[in-house]
Amino acid sequence: MPQPDVPPGSTASEVELGRSTPEPQGSTGATGAADTAGGAEPAGGTRTATATGTAGADLSDLSAVGAGLDALDAPQRDSGRGVRRVLTAALPPVVAVVLLVAVWQVLWAAALWPEYKLPAPLDVWTSFWSRVRDGEVVGILWTSVHRAVLGFLAGVLIGTPLGLLVAKVRVVRAALGPILTGLQNLPSVAWVPAAVLWFGLNDAAIYFVVLLGSVPSITNGLVSGIDQIPPILPRVGRALGAGRLASARHILLPAALPGYLAGLKQGWAFSWRSLMAAELIATSPRLGVGLGTFLNQGQSFNDMPTVIAAIFLILLVGVGIELLAFRPLERAVLRARGLTGALG
Amino acid sequence: MTATLAVPPLATSQDSAVELVGVRKTFGRGPAAVTALDGVDLRVGAGEFVCLLGASGCGKSTLLNLVADLDQPSAGRIVRHTARPAVMFQEAALMPWLTAARNVELPLRLAGLRRSERRVVAGELLELVRLGGLGDKRPHELSGGMRQRVALARALASAGDLSGVGAGAGAGAGAAAPAPALLLMDEPFAALDAITRDVLQAELLRVWRATNTAVLFVTHDVREAVRLGQRVVLLSSRPGRVVREWDTRQAGADLVTGSGEHAAEVIEEITSRLREVISSHAAA
Repeated sequence: MPQPDVPPGSTASEVELGRSTPEPQGSTGATGAADTAGGAEPAGGTRTATATGTAGADLSDLSAVGAGLDALDAPQRDSGRGVRRVLTAALPPVVAVVLLVAVWQVLWAAALWPEYKLPAPLDVWTSFWSRVRDGEVVGILWTSVHRAVLGFLAGVLIGTPLGLLVAKVRVVRAALGPILTGLQNLPSVAWVPAAVLWFGLNDAAIYFVVLLGSVPSITNGLVSGIDQIPPILPRVGRALGAGRLASARHILLPAALPGYLAGLKQGWAFSWRSLMAAELIATSPRLGVGLGTFLNQGQSFNDMPTVIAAIFLILLVGVGIELLAFRPLERAVLRARGLTGALG
Repeated sequence: MTATLAVPPLATSQDSAVELVGVRKTFGRGPAAVTALDGVDLRVGAGEFVCLLGASGCGKSTLLNLVADLDQPSAGRIVRHTARPAVMFQEAALMPWLTAARNVELPLRLAGLRRSERRVVAGELLELVRLGGLGDKRPHELSGGMRQRVALARALASAGDLSGVGAGAGAGAGAAAPAPALLLMDEPFAALDAITRDVLQAELLRVWRATNTAVLFVTHDVREAVRLGQRVVLLSSRPGRVVREWDTRQAGADLVTGSGEHAAEVIEEITSRLREVISSHAAA
């Protein structure tokens, strides 16, 4: 019996023994016998050598079956198709934009509307490009984007603990849940007049509006993310020894991440919209020129190319942040969990 | 020499891993109250493998939750001589955002172990369930049986330095000194196909022998109970009470070797008793 080589009570070598038992190259019968003898068998004496021999053979058979099952059952990974994949993803939207511009060009050429209502695509491009060349665009973008990002980050800082509280504390959910849903449905532009009256025409008013736009979305995203966690996961967490705080950090937040991310995405969209609304309405020299102000100027000067260029820029920022920040994040999170269905 | 080998398991089974005395569990209040367990006395020895058998509604899972400290008994006493028991459920319930190795590390992380220590222990445990090279796979990249093995490794890790493997770092644990570990399993193989279940039963027995953990295994499958358990405990349904116990060490060994007349008799006996218990509810 191989048992005597093993120092008694050394648990690590017990594991060693357990691991080496099923390997076929050893004398399987003998290790199998040692295995069963070591396994608390007081009646071990009654068992014949042949019986334990078959047990050993059976064990190695089983481990072969197990290895076969592992090889067969493990899901296969499909390999990406590189260039073709990128093409199928990028081509359709490009074609759609080209078609849109073509239709625009045709409508303009047909001269159905006067020039000040529907300018030529080229005029809009010239108006846009001249502002890019003299650097005005950079200032405008910076003013708006840094406000939106700061407002959004503040929204995350407020919305996340609030979401945890609403999701996990019943009284808070009963009290705040309906209010948050109501706020989420209320267009935050409705807060602009109140904000201007309370804070005056300054950054505080604008951030107030942005926060009221983003916080409810972020909070509700986290709440629905937590609500959708399979109940077995927190139970497992408790069985593994997680307290309330550890459970929030190691189980609830990561498990709720897909829903939370969806909330963040919506929160960003709402921040951006609220900011545009606020800048469009609350204009003042003290506030600088953001995208909304730029759009407002276009309207005031009856300058349609500027208006369309401003709308184009607002769209560009929205799509850019989505593609550069949220899409990769979402992909990474979903792919890690094997939820690749929606990604195509 | 056979005698000296046979003695240590007997000696350790003198002390118990967990004892239940007159445990009762009632859900709800007043006329709508349901008594899931009533006066359950049960003792699991250190390093012993006990199977709890019963039809649905016998409170098997409730009993496990009580022992796992996930729920409190309405009356009676539960005395555990182990640290927090490891629990394994019917689903693997791995955290889908963590790799297999990180899943095994999770309980160690919750226990406050350092990263390097966690890695060593998780590696050893994955080796133990024969998933050595697959630590960086995500749960969705593993088969159902592999996931259940990862869950077993994670459960063993949650028994902390009592799992027998975790003590490898400390190495000072003598044969007599360490408190016994306890593994609670709630029909862990019920959702698997027959061949995978067969393989995993063998794996579990191997791991049990390697770690010397006490196991309380809930199942509704008589054959599984006889094959795995040293002792099979039959619970009645609504409310759950201990009906009878069988010593199934010999029958279980016979089942493994395939020389199974005695085993077939035991299985037949337990099954007919289980049928009696179930049909007594139709009359009531």
